[in-house]
Amino acid sequence: MSSGSNGTTPSSTSPASSDRSAEAGGGAPEGGVPAIRLRGVDFAWPGRPPFRLRVPGFAVAAGERALLMGESGSGKSTLLGLVCGVVAPARGSVEIAGTDIARLPGGARDRFRAENIGVIFQMFNLLPYATPLDNVLLALRFAPGRRKRAGDGRRRALDTMAALGLPEGLAATAPAASLSVGQQQRVAAARALIGGPGLIVADEPTSALDEDARAAFLDALFARTGGAGAALLMVSHDRRLASRFDRAVELSDIAAVSREEAA
Amino acid sequence: MILLRLAARSLLARRATAGLTAFAIALSVALFLGVEKVRTGARASFADTISNTDLIVGARSGGVQLLLYSVFGVGNATNNVSWESYLDISARPEVEWIVPVSLGDSHRGFRVMGTTPEYFDRYRYRGGQPLAFAEGGRFDDLFDAVVGADVAARFGYRVGDPIIVSHGLASFSDHDDKPFRISGVLEKTGAPVDRAVLVGLEAIEAIHVDWRGGGRIPGLRISADEVRAMDLTPKAVTAAMIGVKSRLRIFRLQRAINEYREEPLLAILPGVALQELWGIVGVAETALAGVSAMVVATALLGMAATIRAGLNERRREMAILRAVGARPRAILGLLTLEATLLSAAGAALGVALLYAGLAVARPLIDSAFGLYLPLSGLSAREAAALPAVVLAGALAGLGPAVRAYRLSVADGLTARH
Repeated sequence: MSSGSNGTTPSSTSPASSDRSAEAGGGAPEGGVPAIRLRGVDFAWPGRPPFRLRVPGFAVAAGERALLMGESGSGKSTLLGLVCGVVAPARGSVEIAGTDIARLPGGARDRFRAENIGVIFQMFNLLPYATPLDNVLLALRFAPGRRKRAGDGRRRALDTMAALGLPEGLAATAPAASLSVGQQQRVAAARALIGGPGLIVADEPTSALDEDARAAFLDALFARTGGAGAALLMVSHDRRLASRFDRAVELSDIAAVSREEAA
Repeated sequence: MILLRLAARSLLARRATAGLTAFAIALSVALFLGVEKVRTGARASFADTISNTDLIVGARSGGVQLLLYSVFGVGNATNNVSWESYLDISARPEVEWIVPVSLGDSHRGFRVMGTTPEYFDRYRYRGGQPLAFAEGGRFDDLFDAVVGADVAARFGYRVGDPIIVSHGLASFSDHDDKPFRISGVLEKTGAPVDRAVLVGLEAIEAIHVDWRGGGRIPGLRISADEVRAMDLTPKAVTAAMIGVKSRLRIFRLQRAINEYREEPLLAILPGVALQELWGIVGVAETALAGVSAMVVATALLGMAATIRAGLNERRREMAILRAVGARPRAILGLLTLEATLLSAAGAALGVALLYAGLAVARPLIDSAFGLYLPLSGLSAREAAALPAVVLAGALAGLGPAVRAYRLSVADGLTARH
């Protein structure tokens, strides 16, 4: 949408800017640490085929809901991998809530992700053999801080699933594989939200849902994210969703992808 | 804790594959422990057979050979002990009791053993139990015979039945002119005596009065009634078992017998000869244990192959774990945990299989091989094999676990599939 965004400029397409995003997006650092800030990022996948992604600058303010749009192959997965700290760039910084995770060693990035980021995939989010409850509790396993914040993890997990509209009877008994896709996505959302991480990253979480389920899922997700004050970065190629976000960004506007041999 | 639960759940979800894998490990563990049980059972059974005897005396040959033919009925004596020597030894002050054994004849494939009635007092099997009669009693008359439990069971012998002794061990000529009568049937012991026909020492002499070497003396016929009037003092015995008054004197007596001037004799301590025997058999035992250990290794490798083959389908699972912050090392741990759980389940199931198998096969093994396997707990050595199997399983699981580690590093959050 907005072209030439360097990440610190507030998006002109924000239909419903929240207070928080206005503060952070206003470029005033004291107004709040941004949830995501990428600067001068240069990343190349090792091996073939060569794939290189450069992000000069991109930021999501704390509590902001940002939609990242792009076709497949445009580097979405790579960007998410960078934001989530699964991979680290050769150059540049990836700050999540003020911490430059690009400088952390791999194990520390994993721990940082466990504590600070909730991830929702397009589909197949759950361990199919485990109960929804165990799937949600799994998010606390590697994150002692979130575990502490969640208090009674089991109770909190059940509450979160209930708040997201999952019938309580299903949560603790049935294996996740027996749930409908929509229900599975709600469990995934509960897992991302439990323990209150500052950032939720969702990779096309609604693409496997039909129209009604999509709207209902987004409503539930937005309500819970907003309630927790978490920022939301969602990747989708569905432009119709843009109106529901604080800001919508074309991936091609913030990132450059090249497929020749990296220099 | 949740990881353990998830690993167990994951295995449960793949229960057909996981079950077969664990079962293969269980079979191999049961085989390994079974071999161990039979080995120790055989040793105990052999040791029990001679528990009460301090020394065995025979013609000079090898210690193991003497032990085998005199006690276990395996092989043949090369020579006899003359009656004079036997009396000399009996008269020695160290000797508390002495029981002669005269071998060489058979009854329908079972060995006939000439001895004295004292044999029934002195012989002990399985932890010092004395012989007991299922029916009848000791031989009393010259032509009385006592049969072991297996002999009686095979031919349906009862007290009072006639029985013919054949000359030699695999013979076509019978001592049919001097038939015996069964005076007693022994209880089952699990010892070699089950497969023996016991008669008096004089009876052996009696049936051979008109024989020389391998055949009858032509023209000489001495009937059963006539022989009763004759002097039936034996000229020789095959071997003798000795109880010593004081254990401290065993070696003195042994040396005296081994240095006996009139005749080359050999006295052995049964325990020592048995150790010698195990030294020989030990190679085969080690080979057997080695083979069964290889079977365990094969089962564990099969498990590693199964886990590895399933990895590709589980890349999604790994991506989920990575997403919630699991380090690749945690994936490695999870896969190793899975292998450990499978091996532990296999080992536990293997022990169950072993005891189930023992409970079923014990009577069959006892009757078929005279090998009594006690239903005892696992020995320290056997029990130590179980954690070793689990540890080896964990090590075998490291292979696929490292593969999973690499996959999860390469995949990150997106399982390319």
